[in-house]
Amino acid sequence: MSLNAKTLNEEEFFYGHKACAGCGGSLAVRIALKVLGERSIAVLPAGCMSAVGFNFPQLCFGNNAIISTFAGTASMLTGIEAGLRAQGITDFQAVGFAGDGGTADIGLQALSGAIDRNDDILYICYDNEAYMNTGIQKSSLTPFGAKTTTTPAGKNIRGNLRPKKNMFEIVAAHGIPYAATASVGYLNDFIKKVEKASKIRGTKYIHIIAPCPTGWGIPTDETVNIAKEVVDCGLWYLAEYENGEYILNHKPKEFSDVEEYLKKQSRFRHLTEEDIETIKRSRDLKWEALNKNFRNN
Amino acid sequence: MAKRFLSGNEAFAYGIRLAKPQVISAYPITPQTIVVEKLSEMVEDGSLESEFIHVESEHSALSCAMGASAVGARAFTATSSQGLLYMAECLVYASGGRFPIVMMNANRSTALPWNIYGDQRDSISQLDSGWIQAYAENAQESLDFALMSYYIAEQKQVSTPFMVNLDGFVLTHTYEVVDVPSSEQADAFLPPYETENKLDLLKPKNLAFSAGPEHNTAFKYKEHIGMLNVKKAVADAEERFAEIFGRRYTGLTESYFTEDADYILITLGSIAGLVKETVDKLREKGERVGLLRLRYLRPFPNEEIAESVKNAKAVAVLEKDISFGNEGTVYTNVNSALQKSKISIPTSNYIGGLGGKNISQAEIETIFYDLKQEKFKVRFLSVGGDLK
Repeated sequence: MSLNAKTLNEEEFFYGHKACAGCGGSLAVRIALKVLGERSIAVLPAGCMSAVGFNFPQLCFGNNAIISTFAGTASMLTGIEAGLRAQGITDFQAVGFAGDGGTADIGLQALSGAIDRNDDILYICYDNEAYMNTGIQKSSLTPFGAKTTTTPAGKNIRGNLRPKKNMFEIVAAHGIPYAATASVGYLNDFIKKVEKASKIRGTKYIHIIAPCPTGWGIPTDETVNIAKEVVDCGLWYLAEYENGEYILNHKPKEFSDVEEYLKKQSRFRHLTEEDIETIKRSRDLKWEALNKNFRNN
Repeated sequence: MAKRFLSGNEAFAYGIRLAKPQVISAYPITPQTIVVEKLSEMVEDGSLESEFIHVESEHSALSCAMGASAVGARAFTATSSQGLLYMAECLVYASGGRFPIVMMNANRSTALPWNIYGDQRDSISQLDSGWIQAYAENAQESLDFALMSYYIAEQKQVSTPFMVNLDGFVLTHTYEVVDVPSSEQADAFLPPYETENKLDLLKPKNLAFSAGPEHNTAFKYKEHIGMLNVKKAVADAEERFAEIFGRRYTGLTESYFTEDADYILITLGSIAGLVKETVDKLREKGERVGLLRLRYLRPFPNEEIAESVKNAKAVAVLEKDISFGNEGTVYTNVNSALQKSKISIPTSNYIGGLGGKNISQAEIETIFYDLKQEKFKVRFLSVGGDLK
């Protein structure tokens, strides 16, 4: 029987930390470690989760954990995996937890190198769609239209002008053994994917949407709901890449209202009708491609 | 022990094979590349058992080595010049994490202008990174450093990464006869790496954490003490080395006719060979000259320098480095050593060998005669222009 929220390990591996109320990233880390268990070695680069979890003498990981350089999540995972294997130890899981900036911007090169070598590591990107630890600056995973502290919404420019980088397919294009998208709004799906990834040899990548109430401008008890809604309105999707094939895990019968999703968040409150139409159009184009190129399961 | 005709790079690779690192992260850069090529051949032919990782950058080379070291594996990497600078963030990270990684750096000029030849501006710019820094004179010493560096770095009271510097091309690519010890001898010298400073599956730890203003200074103090402990570890390593291999080294510095010298040239790296010849030549003419070779720049041999030059009339420092707007950094450090020991003799600084520019014997002779004629200055060899 595969794991789900009810059968999950009751032991906690990430607790006593200083994450903000409603933090989606800390939920993703906590749940993933419950799946992976005590023989996981976590690598976290500079970013929210390392900032809130590793303040000497208050160290918050019950399993082995280490902060890497900002760019070095994947390369440090590689060294850990190789170092233990060289000592004859193989029953462990080297797992990285990096944010969107740490993954899609500064850490992309090292991640690409690790996938190229097919190192036996699991890399989890908790995507809160901006550099939240430094105070909400745009990353290449910030969606179109979002207001950040480096993409202000003013009279001349209305927030971020560029679409979100497609990390999932960039990773898949390497021919990685396993990649998946997820959302903290669909935890059972995430749990299943982490469990599945842990049983595959070679490089694994899971990209999980993890809302940040502080940066998104939502109430702290809305994290899980908004993470559901982004999937339901079609702006994010749950999928896998395995054996060279894309699989769509969840296809909403009918999209929920995009505008409603956007307007709940203060980062999008400035958007015009035209902006919202642009977002809907790009969603529809994406889904055309998904329906064409992804197998349903 | 077998005699072989090896370049500095090859000799270093042979030394690393004897040290048996469990993880090697490799990225090419001239003039270091031959080291990782050679090691990949050794892994291929089965004479070295090691995880050989083809990283995609120098930053990842050292990040990967840190990961390996953080789980208690012996790790090696090598770089040069721009590569060393590209991994600079990881240099301070490795020393702060007390990971005893060994890295060979082929000393090479730094851009701009681009130049692949040897000078020491790359490593000297990283003196404050918290790494032990040693400078080899010849291929034999390169091989011996490869073995001794692990012994020293891995001492519990040291736990500090170790950078062995070889002058680009002049040493890395020049062939000499080298004694290559047997694997049994090397094993007798260097025990397997044991540490508690690691991620342990039976005793989980959180490593490489944050330490705020309240705790930070204490960590940095301990790091400093670790570096100061190197001197004793070097002495122990060399004693043990002499017993097993029959070659004796002389600690943080090497003195060549300094005891009765009036004029002493202080330098480092491969140029010391030519300086020794020059000292011999001038001594035949009755000149009381000597050489003090700095084998280590970190920890800095303050006491050894003071002891060696205390009876001299004047001292010159010849280095392949310049700290723009001041002087050569080795010179600054030497003057500080003299001041701390209240030795007040005139000193000069010669900046030479930049971008691989040859330093001639005539220039070295001139340095000694300048000292004798009480011409004290900061001078760029081959450009001229006295700056003091």
